[in-house]
Amino acid sequence: MLKKTPLNQTHREMNAKMVDFGGWDMPLHYGSQLEEHHKVRQDAGMFDVSHMLPIDIKGENTRDFLRRLVANNVDKLTIPGKALYTCMLTPQGGVIDDLIVYFLSESWFRIVVNAGTADKDVAWILKQRDTLAPNLEIKPRRDLAMIAVQGPSARAKVWQVLPESKNATEELKLFQSATVDQFFIARTGYTGEDGFEIILPAEEAPVFWKALHAAGVAPAGLGARDTLRLEAGMNLYGQDMDETTSPLESGLGWTVDLKSDCDFIGKQALLDSKVSQQLIGLVLLDRGVLRSHQKVIACHNGQEFEGEITSGGFSPTINQSIALARIATGISIDDEVHVVVRDKKLRAKVVKYPFVRNGKVLI
Amino acid sequence: MSIPTDLKYTKSHEWVKSEADSIVSVGITHHAQELLGDMVFVELPQVGDTFSQRQECAVAESVKAAADVYAPISGEVVEVNTPLVDSPENINQDAYGSWLFKLKPSNPSELDGLLDAAGYQKVLDSEDH
Repeated sequence: MLKKTPLNQTHREMNAKMVDFGGWDMPLHYGSQLEEHHKVRQDAGMFDVSHMLPIDIKGENTRDFLRRLVANNVDKLTIPGKALYTCMLTPQGGVIDDLIVYFLSESWFRIVVNAGTADKDVAWILKQRDTLAPNLEIKPRRDLAMIAVQGPSARAKVWQVLPESKNATEELKLFQSATVDQFFIARTGYTGEDGFEIILPAEEAPVFWKALHAAGVAPAGLGARDTLRLEAGMNLYGQDMDETTSPLESGLGWTVDLKSDCDFIGKQALLDSKVSQQLIGLVLLDRGVLRSHQKVIACHNGQEFEGEITSGGFSPTINQSIALARIATGISIDDEVHVVVRDKKLRAKVVKYPFVRNGKVLI
Repeated sequence: MSIPTDLKYTKSHEWVKSEADSIVSVGITHHAQELLGDMVFVELPQVGDTFSQRQECAVAESVKAAADVYAPISGEVVEVNTPLVDSPENINQDAYGSWLFKLKPSNPSELDGLLDAAGYQKVLDSEDH
């Protein structure tokens, strides 16, 4: 039996093509994935991301607990509403999940974790809680829905539908959030565009979704979500990193705090590790489509290195195929590499990613 | 979308149309493009290539996935639809009008073994359940 979000019926009414996404019955697209992609880059689209799980962590010294639990430095969270992207690591330094931490008050932080890892994450967090801070309350919030409204006009559309939210959210900078009545509104996203991710009571979700649609926000499915995040150079858990890979070899070094005295789980392993791999961006020069698990062959100082595409696809904005790949450090920007696609070796160029941000091609 | 009755079909969702001089043109069905979603790339065989029945001979790639196209019957490629390489989205708009390649059959009796529209409809019905 597939799990359903509070918007399941709404997606069906909008003729979504539904797919099994890690046990969730989710919309892949509502007709054309490409049109949905362009709509988000050029105007505004919305995604049902209610399969992701908000978890409230409440009680005294929540911050101390998070200092140990996650690899980024939660002391960067000084203003209530501020958000932080981070990984949660195993003691060996592998990535259990990537998540966003929202600082609401010293006794209330909210984290939002991936759908596919939610059960594992909750179990891990409870286990750490029991040893580190038994007084803390860990509350998974399956009673909440989550809608990401993304695109250059996304915020204006949200204010059109929720005028009462404008005052509180107009001045929000990236990675800041505000609470307006039952709506938790954060200026975050997974598309490389401006917009909000809005957490709201499950029962309010269909009405809010339909109001956004009436205001001209296009429903967009998981297909467009994936091409948008890939263009934006954002990692996908399970593809670009997992428990067997280090964040330092997954393009996530910037999220890991090795400098402060925070002793997060996995820190010692990372300090002891030798980083020999990196995540690179690729643009395909020949015709074709890059896909995950394709082999990458690169030469550096006369030596041949093999790597692997972790996420690949067709970029609708660039109109070429792009990918993230894991390969030896030393391979660098502007190098030309080969990717084995079926029986052919196609040429690709190493580029600095993100590939696209705020509607602009950056490569 | 109804299935054209003047074409023949395979279980692997290719369509086959008889042209002049016993040549056949081959494409992928409306159902196949619907499953794949927005098409972004096609890799066509070369004129002169020969294939036996059910051999992989072309690739159709959408934003979502790559799908092999199989030779519905044995034969030699006599023409490929080169313009399609620059506009693979034509397959989404008109699957039955977007042929990929034309074959000169080496064993024309294989045509008799292909599905007619009703037979292909049954294949689709059974996939739904």
